[in-house]
Amino acid sequence: MTSTTIADDARVMHHPKTWIGKYVWSQDHKVIALQYSVTAIAIGVVALVLSDLMRLQLGFPDAVKFITPSAYLQFLTMHGMIMVVYLLTALLLGGFGNYLIPLMVGARDMVFPFVNMLSYWVYLLAVLVLVASMFAPGGPTGAGWTLYPPQAILEGTPGRHWGIILMLASLAIFVVAFTMGGLNYVTTVLQARARGMTLMRMPCTVWGIFVAAVLGLLAFPALFVAAIMMMLDRGLGTSFFMPSLVSMGQQTSFNGGSPLLFQHLFWFFGHPEVYIVALPAFGIVSDLISTHARKNIFGYRMMIWAIIVIGALSMFVWAHHMYVSGMNPYFGFFFATSTLIIAVPTAIKVYNWLLTLWRGDIHLTVPMLFAIGFIFTFIHGGLSGLFLGNVSVDVPLSDTFFVVGHFHMVMGVSPVLVIFGAIYHWYPKITGRMWNVPLAQIHFWITFLGAYAIFLPMHYLGFLGVPRRYYALGETAFVPASAHLANQAITIAALVVGVAQILFFYNMIWSYFRGPKADPNPWRATTLEWQTPQTPPAHGNWGPKLPVVYRWAYDYSVPGAAEDFIPQTVPPDGVARRPAT
Amino acid sequence: MAVAIVIAALVLFSIAFQLLTPWWLTPLASNWGSIDRALNITMWVCGILFVVLNLFLAYSIWRYRHRPGHRAHYDPESATLERRLTVWTGIGIAALLAPGLIAWKEFVTVPHDAAVVEAVGQQWQWTFRFPGRDGVLGTASSRHISPDNPFGLDPKDPYGRDDLLVESNEVHLPRGQPVKVVLRSKDVLHNFFVPQIRAKMDLVPGTVTYFWFTPTRTGTFEILCAELCGVSHYAMRGSLVVDEEPVFQAWLSEQPTFAQLMAEAGPAPPPVTGGAQQVPANSAN
Repeated sequence: MTSTTIADDARVMHHPKTWIGKYVWSQDHKVIALQYSVTAIAIGVVALVLSDLMRLQLGFPDAVKFITPSAYLQFLTMHGMIMVVYLLTALLLGGFGNYLIPLMVGARDMVFPFVNMLSYWVYLLAVLVLVASMFAPGGPTGAGWTLYPPQAILEGTPGRHWGIILMLASLAIFVVAFTMGGLNYVTTVLQARARGMTLMRMPCTVWGIFVAAVLGLLAFPALFVAAIMMMLDRGLGTSFFMPSLVSMGQQTSFNGGSPLLFQHLFWFFGHPEVYIVALPAFGIVSDLISTHARKNIFGYRMMIWAIIVIGALSMFVWAHHMYVSGMNPYFGFFFATSTLIIAVPTAIKVYNWLLTLWRGDIHLTVPMLFAIGFIFTFIHGGLSGLFLGNVSVDVPLSDTFFVVGHFHMVMGVSPVLVIFGAIYHWYPKITGRMWNVPLAQIHFWITFLGAYAIFLPMHYLGFLGVPRRYYALGETAFVPASAHLANQAITIAALVVGVAQILFFYNMIWSYFRGPKADPNPWRATTLEWQTPQTPPAHGNWGPKLPVVYRWAYDYSVPGAAEDFIPQTVPPDGVARRPAT
Repeated sequence: MAVAIVIAALVLFSIAFQLLTPWWLTPLASNWGSIDRALNITMWVCGILFVVLNLFLAYSIWRYRHRPGHRAHYDPESATLERRLTVWTGIGIAALLAPGLIAWKEFVTVPHDAAVVEAVGQQWQWTFRFPGRDGVLGTASSRHISPDNPFGLDPKDPYGRDDLLVESNEVHLPRGQPVKVVLRSKDVLHNFFVPQIRAKMDLVPGTVTYFWFTPTRTGTFEILCAELCGVSHYAMRGSLVVDEEPVFQAWLSEQPTFAQLMAEAGPAPPPVTGGAQQVPANSAN
């Protein structure tokens, strides 16, 4: 009788027997991933609608009666917070991280399935508290997504009674959820890889998500304490962030706190947060490009080290968000230098994506189109970052539309294009069905070109000096009438892009029920998730035996091999040879 | 195929946009040509990289698009190429950083002969203070702020008595004189931003921040608040009027001193700890 290792013993999996156990209180990483994704996308649609409402006000001032200055600030705050935290972070880590890590490293599940389940339900609670804040008396907070005190908790800012408290509570709850998820992702990558899956054989996707999870575990506690401290300032009258001040002509009893302390805590979280979103996108897009160009990712080792170095450096650049915040201006020298150093590994990643395409066999599938769109917008957004990181150049541009254009291009449009590409890429594995190709292509073109039309002109409005977070520009002598035309054009583009997302949702939902059955490995990819015995993968992922890994994730177009890809599970002597011709 | 053409077209479109844009830096009205220079260098370097990288992207897509029988090269890495790219990128970054840091050195070094003006922010208006004949701003604290003492000056501080108080959104400055703008907020964060001056800085309650510039041409410029400060943030405007020295002096001489205002307000200066009532911080008004 042959012995079975614990990892191979499927009996310990406790397969759920009820519908609720399978789909609601599920501990299967794939179900949890879908729960995370659907929740994140649902709240993300709210953020999308809010952005179009803001654009309506900016393009056609006072055309929509219910967009008052207060409502505008509330839309702006909710849009930013939802996009950064509740959509992008949750979708890339909770969604893609959950689905892909165990499958890509050859594990049956996350190492702590129960904690994983808890992570989702706590995240859902955070979303519900956030949604509750929108219906609280006075509405949600309108303090801007940065929630800077003192104004976040003083008169003159909408939602200062309930909105801000619920916002802070929701963030604190989110951090709890993230911590449970993040510990799981890190531990699973380190402890549950299949035999042969060394760290340097892991796909870039897993590396990106892994480093992002580590960053999150280091960065989110700063947000957590900042949220708790501000709640104490608001609720109990402490003065962590509140100096002695006068509010609306009335003396307050605050004394001795520092608004800059909050900014340091916020950006100590906030800057790594950019990379918590960017690194998974970097990893995923590397795999999309490699797979659809039928070529190994160029400079794999350099790519991995770049991810690690970017992750490490991202903890030392936070105050570049604060060049004109009134902090000691001499900090500018340090933070400008550290910020521009980060451009080096980032540029290497861009070069290597381009060099992966070079001499490839580029299949212009929909995921590849999105990956190409990402390269274009990321080059744009990365380069505009060089303006803002370089301290003195930042001075005229900070708090203008240039900043809005930059960060949307680099951490809005770019990761979202990757997310779309990734959804199209893995959809056949997740659902077992294929989506409609022409519909997906139209979705790509409108989204990509529309996004560029929205954000390119914003940079130039920023050069002009148009400030951000303005409900209305009014009559301002230095702003020519043509700038209002630009605002109208941007708004029209934003509305078109917003409405075009219906194509995506229609395609996803229709294909789920009616799409043609998908091939288990439609892209002829090498990574483990495409080699599962069932599609979609069953609970436990691998059937009776765990996969064994013999090679890195990028054996595409290996000379002499019959096929242009060799899955990671194929042993060295199992490769079919190309007949010598 | 289409995507390669579109990427190349977008590059051309972006170049055309850059060349034809009616929206660019406002004409400079201060000494901060070094900031503009660093910005323009950055624009050139980034512009060239943008064009080169994206045209390479478009060319690669077109050149290596899938055709029947075509197969990709097996090309794991190239240490030499990667090292060269890293070094050249590092050099390029250093070339961008240097002019930026040089301009910043100038930014943080206030000239010794700089005049001083204080800009005071509150939701949602600007007021200003000049140091008066003694050249020194008197001490101020939010605890002294009251309807009779809107600037919160310490009535006992002799340096404050000759301070000139401008209780209006309009401030004048003389052309050609370096000025250190000292920033103070009574309530929340604000930011003093005049696009034509380039320099800007936050006002932070509880601390005093500053920046400096030299107005180089006369005219009237809008002051905008550039740090979100509540519902009327967008309406927190002021104006900066740059005059020739004699005109400026004439305007300045019309501004009342703190002592004059105190005399108007009443015979006795208000007590040190607030004529204003104390309200608990967490009160839900």
